Amino acid sequence: MQIENNILKTDEKIAFLLRSLYHRFGYSHYKMKKFEEYELYARNRDFLSSESIISFTDATGKLMALKPDVTLSIINNSQDEEKQIKKLYYDENVYRLNKGFSSFSEIRQIGLECIGYLSIYEICEVVGLALKSLENITENYIFEISHIGLLNSIFEENKIEDRIKNKILNCIRSKSIDEFDMICKTEQIDENIINKLKVFMKNFRSIDEAISELKNICSTEISKKEMDEFNEVLNFIKQMGYDENSKVNFALTNDINYYSGVAFKGYVMGIPSGIISGGQYDNLMEKMGRTSNAIGFAVYLNELKRLGSSKSEYDVDILLLHEGYMAEAVNEVKILSKYGKSVWVSDFIPKNIKYRKLLKMTDKGVIEYESN
Amino acid sequence: MKVIDVALPKGRLGEKVYDLFEASGYECPSIKEDNRKLIFENKDLGLRFFWVKPSDVAIYVERGAADIGVCGKDILLEYDPDVYELLDLKIGKCRMAVAAKDGFKDDSDVPLRVATKFSKITEDFYSKKCREIDIIHLNGSIEIAPILNLSDVIVDIVETGKTLYENNLKPIETIMPISARLISNKASYQFKNEIIEDIKEKLSLQVKNL
Repeated sequence: MQIENNILKTDEKIAFLLRSLYHRFGYSHYKMKKFEEYELYARNRDFLSSESIISFTDATGKLMALKPDVTLSIINNSQDEEKQIKKLYYDENVYRLNKGFSSFSEIRQIGLECIGYLSIYEICEVVGLALKSLENITENYIFEISHIGLLNSIFEENKIEDRIKNKILNCIRSKSIDEFDMICKTEQIDENIINKLKVFMKNFRSIDEAISELKNICSTEISKKEMDEFNEVLNFIKQMGYDENSKVNFALTNDINYYSGVAFKGYVMGIPSGIISGGQYDNLMEKMGRTSNAIGFAVYLNELKRLGSSKSEYDVDILLLHEGYMAEAVNEVKILSKYGKSVWVSDFIPKNIKYRKLLKMTDKGVIEYESN
Repeated sequence: MKVIDVALPKGRLGEKVYDLFEASGYECPSIKEDNRKLIFENKDLGLRFFWVKPSDVAIYVERGAADIGVCGKDILLEYDPDVYELLDLKIGKCRMAVAAKDGFKDDSDVPLRVATKFSKITEDFYSKKCREIDIIHLNGSIEIAPILNLSDVIVDIVETGKTLYENNLKPIETIMPISARLISNKASYQFKNEIIEDIKEKLSLQVKNL
């Protein structure tokens, strides 16, 4: 049986495309339980985008939660193994609190995780798959990328204390140069360091411009090593021909306590918020007692529902009044549906049904009565 | 041509903000006509302005109904919208302050009762001081709360302090200075980057001349 194209909604079509894409790259489907032990999320509350979790007690008295996240569960079920890399994709619903409200939403997420002792190849592969995912959704997209390791190394080598670092990170996240200037003045930060940090607030016109400016601010082996890795990923993006749609943007700093390397976000024209979000999260792995690396991303399918609705303006193609000729009507439905038409059979014209054509069964066969 | 949607705060501040846009070359003369319209367009410049309630500007921008907008720093701190804060326009200057009745003395033995519209800012401010408080969220006429013994102090925006003095209150502590900010939707900032950056640059020149 073939599925008619117009039956599938935009997000459903995209979900199929993405699952097939991830499968082609060797990622296997990971099916989660609907409920997880509450403790897993409670221990890593900071990692979750909202603090509230729907919890309940199961039959044995154990406190359970409706999953607010997939990544934590995947890590929880992974082990550190030499020369072993797990490549998984998922298509799951998560339950999160709506911003500013006290009600929860069910959000459909599709995404992938690559876990193990990773090389630059796997990092580039995941970045490439995030770009391909966007490309599968629309041509009109923008991919933002930053590198948390590089950002952190610049803070470290310039010995900026955590209290000031957090304030500056907030300015970088909101691109607020005025606040940044004020903090630097109040905290009497050295002019040379200010100029280095200001690079993270720049609106780079191209990947090349970003590479050249970022290289200039790296002065120790630590930051140079982070920059080398970022450089490799950026060059990969260029080689794959994605540079026109990609921008280096350090406003994308995610949570630096969990993320460690590249961080990225994808936008598509017509949707006001990011629809892909991900990055390398070795720090989260470490917090969960792992020594290996991990990178992944999620695609927020709920947002895509707004993109180019394929809903027809009619409820049904044909409204067929059987007029007592039941057997003939059944036969007519068979013929019409063979040609891909949807048919509503009735002995009266139902209220609130919008139809393209009105047909009537008669002793001489079917007659067209009305066409819209 | 890509159209840029700009959300302006209704009222005196919004008019000052529009003047800055006009002086920067982003004008829309029909906005000055005396009528009750809320949306104004300059098709030649690909620019559309609309007036919204000041506290709603950030919502319009965050949700992408407006590409950019102007709102007070108080709104950004209170609601924490997911937007970029591109420029301090240095107008609509005031401060967020704690005010109390004349002769007020804080009794640290009991939680401090604070009446405010700005619950998040209040909570952040007192939690940094490790002071236990009881927040009483009000939507207006905050100044009468201490007079009627509903609260010990209030946290509110103070411009000249006249309303406070007229109600026998006085500011006792400044939480932070407030001014109007140019904000941008994060997706619009990427898709309409050239024009948004141009508006920011030109407005920033106007701000320097203020």
